[in-house]
Amino acid sequence: MSEGTIKKFMYVNRKAPYGTIYALESLEVVLIAAAFDQDVSLVFMDDGVYQLRKGHQTKGIEVKNFQPTYRALEDYDITRLYVEREALQARGLTADDLCVPVEVLERAEIGRLMEQQDVVFSF
Amino acid sequence: MKFAILVNEGPYTHQAADSAYLFCRAALAKGHEIVRVFFYHDGVNNATRLTEPPQDDRHIVNRWSRLAEEHGVDLVVCVAAALRRGIREENLASGFRISGLGQLIEAGIQADRTVTFGD
Repeated sequence: MSEGTIKKFMYVNRKAPYGTIYALESLEVVLIAAAFDQDVSLVFMDDGVYQLRKGHQTKGIEVKNFQPTYRALEDYDITRLYVEREALQARGLTADDLCVPVEVLERAEIGRLMEQQDVVFSF
Repeated sequence: MKFAILVNEGPYTHQAADSAYLFCRAALAKGHEIVRVFFYHDGVNNATRLTEPPQDDRHIVNRWSRLAEEHGVDLVVCVAAALRRGIREENLASGFRISGLGQLIEAGIQADRTVTFGD
C-alpha cells in the first residue's frame, strides 16, 4: 500500500459521553486520524447521540467536560458528522439539541454508508 | 490477506482479548499476515508483565508475548491509554512496545481488513 493511499475511515460512537471512557478515547483517535489526510467521517448512534447533546455539566461527577472538543473538529477539517434519526427520536431529541451541525440519517442510510467504508472503528 | 487487529478490552474481564488472540493464531495458521495488534482502552492491560493468573488458567499476557516471538507480530500499546492505566516501559511484557495512536491509523491504512475486538 503506497504512502499516498487515502482510505475511508468511519468512527462509530455508540456510548454515552460519561460513565465509560469510550467516547473520550474515541475522540482522541479521531483527532490523531485527522493528521493522516484520510477520508474521515463520524457516526453517532444509540446513546452516542448524548455525546453531542448541548450543555454537558460534569462538575458533580468530577470528570472533565470534553464537549468543546466536538466543536473543534471543524478546525481539523472533520465536518462529516452523521447522527442516526431513530436514536435521536428514541431519546426525545432533535438536531437542534446538538452542539454541532450534523446530518441526520435513517438507520438504513447509515448502514449503506458503512458498506462504502474501508475501515470502521466502533467505540 | 493482511489484518490489523484492535483490542479494546482488558484480559480476564472480557472475552475480547481471548478472541483477538485466537483470531490472530487462526489467521497466521491459514497463511495470513497480521500487520499489527493495537491495544487501546482497557486493552492496554494485556501488556503488563505483572499479570499473575492462577496456575490452572491461561496466561493471556505470555500468550501475546509468545505470538510476537514466534511470528514477529507487532504488538503496540497506545501511550496515552497506557499511562492513564499505569502501563509503562518498566512493566511492559516482552514483545510489546508503547507508541502513539498514529500506529492504529497506519495499520488501518496498510491492512486489507481491520478487525476490532471489544464491546
